[in-house]
Amino acid sequence: MRFRQWLSKDTATALYFLAPSLIGFSIFYLIPFGMGVMYSFQDTNTDGSFAGFANYQQLFASASFNKAVNNTLLFTGISVPLVLIISLAIAILLNHNVYIRNWLRTAYVMPLVVPVASIILVWQVLFDWNGTINAILNSFGIDRIDWMKSEWARGVIIVVYIWKNIGYNIILFLAGLQNIPNDYYETADVEGAGPIRKFTNITLVYLLPTTIFVFLMSIVNSFKVFRETYLIAGNYPHDSLYMLQHYMNNMFLSLDIQKLTAAAVVTAGSILLLVSVLFAMERRFRNFMDG
Amino acid sequence: MLIKQLKTLFLVTFALILLTPIVLTVTNSLMTEQEIRLNYDALGKNANAADQFANVKLIPDWVSLEQYGKVLIQTPTFLRMFWNSVLLVVPIIIGQAIVASLAAYAFAKLQFRGRDKLFLVYLLTMLMPFQVTLVPNYIVIDKLGLMNSNAAIILPGIFAAFGVFLLRQFMLNIPYSYIEAAKIDGASQARIFLSIIMPMVKPAFAALVILLFVDHWNMVEQPLIFLQDGLKQPLSVYLSKISAGARGVAFAASVVYMMPMLLLFLYAERYFIEGIQLSGIKG
Repeated sequence: MRFRQWLSKDTATALYFLAPSLIGFSIFYLIPFGMGVMYSFQDTNTDGSFAGFANYQQLFASASFNKAVNNTLLFTGISVPLVLIISLAIAILLNHNVYIRNWLRTAYVMPLVVPVASIILVWQVLFDWNGTINAILNSFGIDRIDWMKSEWARGVIIVVYIWKNIGYNIILFLAGLQNIPNDYYETADVEGAGPIRKFTNITLVYLLPTTIFVFLMSIVNSFKVFRETYLIAGNYPHDSLYMLQHYMNNMFLSLDIQKLTAAAVVTAGSILLLVSVLFAMERRFRNFMDG
Repeated sequence: MLIKQLKTLFLVTFALILLTPIVLTVTNSLMTEQEIRLNYDALGKNANAADQFANVKLIPDWVSLEQYGKVLIQTPTFLRMFWNSVLLVVPIIIGQAIVASLAAYAFAKLQFRGRDKLFLVYLLTMLMPFQVTLVPNYIVIDKLGLMNSNAAIILPGIFAAFGVFLLRQFMLNIPYSYIEAAKIDGASQARIFLSIIMPMVKPAFAALVILLFVDHWNMVEQPLIFLQDGLKQPLSVYLSKISAGARGVAFAASVVYMMPMLLLFLYAERYFIEGIQLSGIKG
């Protein structure tokens, strides 16, 4: 009985604490999202009759949507693992005893806080047809590359993405590494485990929860690359940079609400699926750790 | 010993590569207009002449504040856009910090039914790209009569889920025993929140302020869609327009634009890093 009283008292307090956020959150996120789902099943904006999956069928038949999906998957599929591997490697090196460690960490995090718009100038200078990187290639007798107007554009944006996000991941990985008790390594030493075994059986295993978190944040941040892409390449980037966000923006500008909301629901559904898989993985890991 | 030196060397080299774009922006902002023109004249031309290349220079031949004079004194639009950015970002940071810390406390330390499910909904919206709720958001903002006003950007910014997420993660690390002890001493929930929780989440606050600053100081999509009035645009949108025409001025403008961020980061770095670290430990 006392417990239930305590519980109900807590619920009332929670409501006070939660109310400001929940009201605003509902108005600007929850309700709009629900409306979006509704629109995606409607016929036209004015008519509003139920259309079943017609919008989705049209969406999946559209060439530009498929291009956008492919590009987004390809970009995320390359850049997220890459940023994970590089930032983990650097975190491990930094975690060892190196000189000027704090200074280095500051340097790695710096790109995170530099506004994108103030860096595009340098990217233009570097990746222009007559830019510095081509000048360097040329001096080695290699043919220059039209970075922003060929398939290479994807590579450029991946570099920009890694440049920007590496610091955040390094901080998280460093925290994860410092949380692994040193005893584990010492025990492994006693039992004669080599550095590779220690890395795979201790470091990677105990880093899994951190890795899942970093993975999730990296994906979120990979959506934000749209800004960089927009600022560097404008409204009409090279084909290989045409992302889901471009598609949705274009549908917005051409007022094709049905396709836009259907695309939004598909995106949201995929993210939901991904998060569920990650959480299930984490839960299994927790059980494995406890058991 | 040698290995340690090699590791450091590698890490330093990599750090220098990462810092190059920032350093280049700063040093180029100190060049004269003539030097900039000389160096970058070749850019953007698709000339077939084989050996026409831009010439990146780290050190200016002649240090000059000419570009800064042009940006700060002769370009009133620049200062106006700078102020527009401030007017958007500051309310978002203050608003989200207050609203999110209250909600985060409820999610982290209070028991109520459906808590974890509700939190999951917050988490999911945080993960969605901006475009996902674009249309309905547009309609809501239109219905509220906020179109073309700063509130159209500030209000969704205040209620975004990120702050709730970050602060909640951080608050999970605060032991219950502190709260229990305060309860036994007869402290109210408001008192517990203000005098126990808030002082302890200072690092998470620093991280939140900086990350929100970074995110919104940079925003492009929202202003382009919700602010048709060109004079209301923030610096992030304006900057992308001047860069093509006047490169020298754009370098100086970029430096002025990144300064607030850099100074804030260097000032609060310790808290910032601690805040990010602790938010990542508990799932």
